[in-house]
Amino acid sequence: MSESFLRLEGITKTFPGVKALDDVSLDVRPGEILTLLGENGAGKSTLMSVLSGLYAPDSGRILLDGKPVQLASPADALSKGIGMVHQHFMLVPNHSVLDNILLAIDNLTFKLDRAALKTRVAAIVSDLGLDLNLDTPVWKLSIGQQQWIEIIKLLVRDTRLLILDEPTAVLTPQEANKLFDFLKKLRAKGSSIIFISHKMREVMELSNRVTVLKKGRSVATVTAGDYDTSKLARLMIGEDEVPTWSKVSHAQPNVLVSVHGIEANNERGTRELDDFYLDIYAGEVLGVAGVAGNGQKALGEVLAGLRKPINGNIRLRSVDVTKDWGNGKHFSIIGHVPEDRKAQGIAPDLTVDENLVLKSYKAPEFCNFIFQKNKAIRDNAKVQVERYDIKAGPSGAKVRVLSGGNIQKVIIARELGIKPELLIALYPTRGLDIGAAGFVHSVIAKAGETGMGTLLISEDLDELLKVSDRIAVMFRGKLVGIVDPTKTTREQIGLMMAGEAPV
Amino acid sequence: MIDLIETIFDTTIRAGTPILFGTLGAIICERSGVINLGVEGLMLIGALAGFAVTSMTGSFTAGVLAAIFFTMIAGMLHALITVYLKGNQIVSGLALAMLGVGVSALFGRSFVGKGLDGLSRIEIPLLSKIPIFGAMFRQDILVYLSVILVVLIALFFSRTRWGLYLRTVGENPGAADTSGIPVTRYRFWAVALGAGISGIGGAYMSLAYTPFWVENMTAGRGWIAVSLVIFSMWSAPRALFGAYLFGGINAAQLQLQAHGTSVSPYLLTMLPYLFTIGVLIWSTRRLEKGASNEPASLGLPYDREDRK
Repeated sequence: MSESFLRLEGITKTFPGVKALDDVSLDVRPGEILTLLGENGAGKSTLMSVLSGLYAPDSGRILLDGKPVQLASPADALSKGIGMVHQHFMLVPNHSVLDNILLAIDNLTFKLDRAALKTRVAAIVSDLGLDLNLDTPVWKLSIGQQQWIEIIKLLVRDTRLLILDEPTAVLTPQEANKLFDFLKKLRAKGSSIIFISHKMREVMELSNRVTVLKKGRSVATVTAGDYDTSKLARLMIGEDEVPTWSKVSHAQPNVLVSVHGIEANNERGTRELDDFYLDIYAGEVLGVAGVAGNGQKALGEVLAGLRKPINGNIRLRSVDVTKDWGNGKHFSIIGHVPEDRKAQGIAPDLTVDENLVLKSYKAPEFCNFIFQKNKAIRDNAKVQVERYDIKAGPSGAKVRVLSGGNIQKVIIARELGIKPELLIALYPTRGLDIGAAGFVHSVIAKAGETGMGTLLISEDLDELLKVSDRIAVMFRGKLVGIVDPTKTTREQIGLMMAGEAPV
Repeated sequence: MIDLIETIFDTTIRAGTPILFGTLGAIICERSGVINLGVEGLMLIGALAGFAVTSMTGSFTAGVLAAIFFTMIAGMLHALITVYLKGNQIVSGLALAMLGVGVSALFGRSFVGKGLDGLSRIEIPLLSKIPIFGAMFRQDILVYLSVILVVLIALFFSRTRWGLYLRTVGENPGAADTSGIPVTRYRFWAVALGAGISGIGGAYMSLAYTPFWVENMTAGRGWIAVSLVIFSMWSAPRALFGAYLFGGINAAQLQLQAHGTSVSPYLLTMLPYLFTIGVLIWSTRRLEKGASNEPASLGLPYDREDRK
């Protein structure tokens, strides 16, 4: 294979309190797919943001065609043919598809000739075999379609290097395959692609070479054929112990909570849940699979009492509790691990000790008529920190300084601490390293012993297959079906995630 | 009767025009994602600069240009604080409003009580002879300018490259930045130019509407412009409608006072402001229902390296 045209040397980047990249080097060759592999927090996105001109590195240099270049802004990077599809899409939801794509076209005339531009863009869209109405506002499109718009934005420029940051996280397996076919074609035409992932299956299928990042350092670059999944996993995780546990089902035959014909809207007034039915049995872990944005968020909110359904009812042990569900009466039996842990799960400027009693501060254990019992709160924290192995720093530390994984442990310790009967966990291991994720899995699975039912919403199929007793699949706010994780396949679930009912 | 209606119509336009300029300027500013609560201050600076320069030079053109110049300087101050230093837009805007009140009172002292021959009216042949609506075509040059601006701004946002870029900057500065659009530059100039346009509204007050100088002569019209921005959903044509609606209520209450009613004049003078409160309640409720056109990043400073 030919020589590399792009080199990153000794890139270091520090954010307040974190060294995100530490002396990282990387090179890219023409016509290859280079995978950047690493756990969440390993620095993959940060490195690529440096390369696309979004972040200025503290030190290190970038060589393009042998010459050092300054990429001081995304405009700089784009002018040199480097473009990136960010994990959080850089689209304007209120603008039409066409207007979003126009942003990427250089040399637009002052007065926009939308008719001519539309013809030009439509040709690209049909070349890709996509079905897109260019006049639709982007917020009405599925996440998968939005991703294609981001890709089209790079195609209309002369992009030599496409960077894709975890593009498959929001796709069904089938959509991902379509994307892979496209990337392979692009590679055949001589473009280079940097593909960020932590999913082994994709890495094995696509890559010419793999660069592994770990804790902000590049640990190795290996060429296709020189590695297998287990070697990559070892490189990625290091010699850290991966916790193992085996699933024991605690599911009981009685229904704990059920929702009947629920309808719910989001803030925009768009329907999120549509005639939705689900039974959660005592003691079980019920996984919920689906492409992001198909109503999981609303389901979590309705069950946590945060969103009032427009229609339908919620039953607790066959008793209709729809009216009372959101008014606080049942909060002591619901544990909730929210999707956005920093915004919804903690009070960032309070201490770890205080955060651990946010749900039980009124209990006589922790307060009398007027005052909080600070010693009891501290003692409780000591016990929980030990039990959940929370790296909480010195006593009295604010919870915001903790790492994502430890914040998640604080939330889980607090929510399980009230001994809930129902646990609603949204993406509980997102952003955690393998060790912390395994710990969270085992805690959730074990809590079923007491008869607690768990609704586990996740985008990670491996996680769902490993932890759940049953997996419910959602599509466009409806339940497509429920499968048994021991009897189903990823392909089967993938088809259901695209709306095809099980046969 | 026709005469009375024509008078009311005429006053409607003249009372609405300063607010229209104020609102248009704020729309340009806020479309870029920067809140501008300082319109009242900008209009006062514009009113004084216009009045002072015109009374010294005798040239209305010089007066209007001075109003634009000085309000743009004040606007750049707001832009410096909010865009480059990423300060709080609400606080900076409120400071700007108070600054304008103070500065115009201080430097306007020697002009208090002085007057000008107001800006002359230009009759457009034929059109001005139409009953009632003819009043629209017997106005001064600034009124015509304000209507032309409405059309230009609407076309700018919908049909031009810069308009698309500016809207993008206000909706999602990250998307603009990663497309190579210089976010801070767009924001800076949108705030500055918007301030200049708001300033013409002030100049209209002191050069045409009530052509003499009194302290605090805009009397809250800048604040009404701020609420009309929300009412108009950040659209220039709807701003014209809102400003004339306000002007109409003002004209009606003035006529009522002139013809002597038993209602206290203080209550009548309150009417336009009560109307403003009503408009705010109504448009905020519409916003809550999601019928919004509000720039999605309004009020949020942009920092490229901010980690979300």
